Amino acid sequence: MKNATYKLLLYIAGTTPKSLEAFANLKKICDEHLKGRYSIEVVDLVKNPKLAKGDQIVAIPTLVRKLPPPLKKIIGDLSNKEKVLVGLNIITKG
Amino acid sequence: MAKPNNMATVATSDLPKALTGIQGLDEITFGGLPKGRPTLICGGPGCGKTLLAMEFLCRGALQYNEPGVFMAFEEKEQDLVENFSSLGFDLKSLVKHKKLAIDYVYIERSEIEETGEYDLEGLFVRLAAAIDSIGAKRVVLDTIEALFSGFSNTSILRAELRRLFRWLKDKGVTAIITGEKGEKLLTKHGLEEYVADCVISLDNRVNEQIATRRLKIIKYRGSRHGTNEYPFLISDNGISVFPMTSLLLASAVSSERISSGIKSLDEMLGNKGYFKGSAILVSGSAGSGKTSFGAQFVDYVCRNGQRALCFAFEESEGQLSRNMKSIGINLKRWIDKGLLKIAANRATLCGLEMHLVMAHTAVKEFKPDVVVIDPITTLIGSGLADDAKAMIARLIDFLKNDGITILATDLNLMADKGDAAEIGISSLCDTWMKLSMETQGYKRMRRITIIKSRGMKHGHETKDLIITDNGLEIKDIPGLREDVR
Repeated sequence: MKNATYKLLLYIAGTTPKSLEAFANLKKICDEHLKGRYSIEVVDLVKNPKLAKGDQIVAIPTLVRKLPPPLKKIIGDLSNKEKVLVGLNIITKG
Repeated sequence: MAKPNNMATVATSDLPKALTGIQGLDEITFGGLPKGRPTLICGGPGCGKTLLAMEFLCRGALQYNEPGVFMAFEEKEQDLVENFSSLGFDLKSLVKHKKLAIDYVYIERSEIEETGEYDLEGLFVRLAAAIDSIGAKRVVLDTIEALFSGFSNTSILRAELRRLFRWLKDKGVTAIITGEKGEKLLTKHGLEEYVADCVISLDNRVNEQIATRRLKIIKYRGSRHGTNEYPFLISDNGISVFPMTSLLLASAVSSERISSGIKSLDEMLGNKGYFKGSAILVSGSAGSGKTSFGAQFVDYVCRNGQRALCFAFEESEGQLSRNMKSIGINLKRWIDKGLLKIAANRATLCGLEMHLVMAHTAVKEFKPDVVVIDPITTLIGSGLADDAKAMIARLIDFLKNDGITILATDLNLMADKGDAAEIGISSLCDTWMKLSMETQGYKRMRRITIIKSRGMKHGHETKDLIITDNGLEIKDIPGLREDVR
């Protein structure tokens, strides 16, 4: 797990303050903890509404960890760094 | 339906409505659900919410050319397809022809971490995409309350739900939102707060081991609606709501007469027999000749080229025609000619409402002039006495409204102890006759008395009822010739 590559998808619906904030928060966390071994793809559902069904997106923004498995989902503006790290299994709880 | 137009035509409401196509529902809502607005359907588990919602979409697509979106929060697309194929709805083909879109929304709280602010725009995007993909006019959300178990921030959720319902209205789609019944509120999470236009509750109650489904319109803003609890059935072609009410005392009254099939009885009944379209009750103890009495009437009716429908709760068709043959009444002949239909069922087979709906359907199909129910009292066994009386009243009113003459028999075990027909159905009947068995020396004799017959002069004597090889005969009791009239 230590050196796994992270493939992350960030689902947004249009460029809203919330989605910009989520992206900024995510970028910062990744740069700090996953430098050089992550990729972020932003999926705008306003442009591609059909993509929402595949990953069962309901809430916006939703961050999906595609790799490494298992699939993980974090919703919200990602403002709580600790929670994001735990959610992505980058650090374990406690 | 007796006269569905009766109810539908009086509706002069301006509120635009969307027909559901569901049997009976459009009558009690006077034309369907509010068009372009959401309707809430609530009820406990297994009460038929999903079915009603899906049928609304299927019928909308097939009958009114209004495609629909089904957003499922509980069942997968494949499960829905399988469940509904047994009810005759081919969802696959509807989807293929762009008449229906199904989107299964899966939310599992344990898989989702929440951090900070979010909204449910994803849901809106999906719904909008589904609506646009087929040009949907109808939408079902089944059941949106699943969101409450998926997300922990209820204040966001409530704000988003409010936005969703507003959004649905702006879209102009006719929507059904289903909700699980709550303890204090109509729905677990108080969805009724957001959907204020029309609320329908479904219910599946078990009384004495027989389950009855009921539907009630709790509110319908800006429209008249039936206020009763209406029994409904889930049959092999979907839901049918039973809209009969017992307020149809306005049925057309006929002064035409119909013979009882027994000449000497006609003489007792003002020389002319029963009124056409009236209800006749024949009470009597076991073996007093009630069924034969009914058969004689049926035989007479068919002999005159009219149609008779017989609900037999104690004997099968074969048994009945064999037994009646022994007294010279050939029922099979009329069955073969298509003038007589015997619908034999055990009364305990299903609930009272089910019987009445089946009766309803049979009457609509067969279009009889005369209906015989033998015996009407067994129906009481399949429901509570009060329910039974209300239901029987509805059935009688429904038949009368169609100008059908009804002859019901009543197995009265207490016949010798009083005149009280067990649940007071006698007051619903126009002519009431009592058959009894009396011991005379070493013989038991059948006797007949007319207790009442509204609107005619009738005899008051008790007479002998004799079952011969050629049907029934009524004669004066020998040696008893005093004038009691």
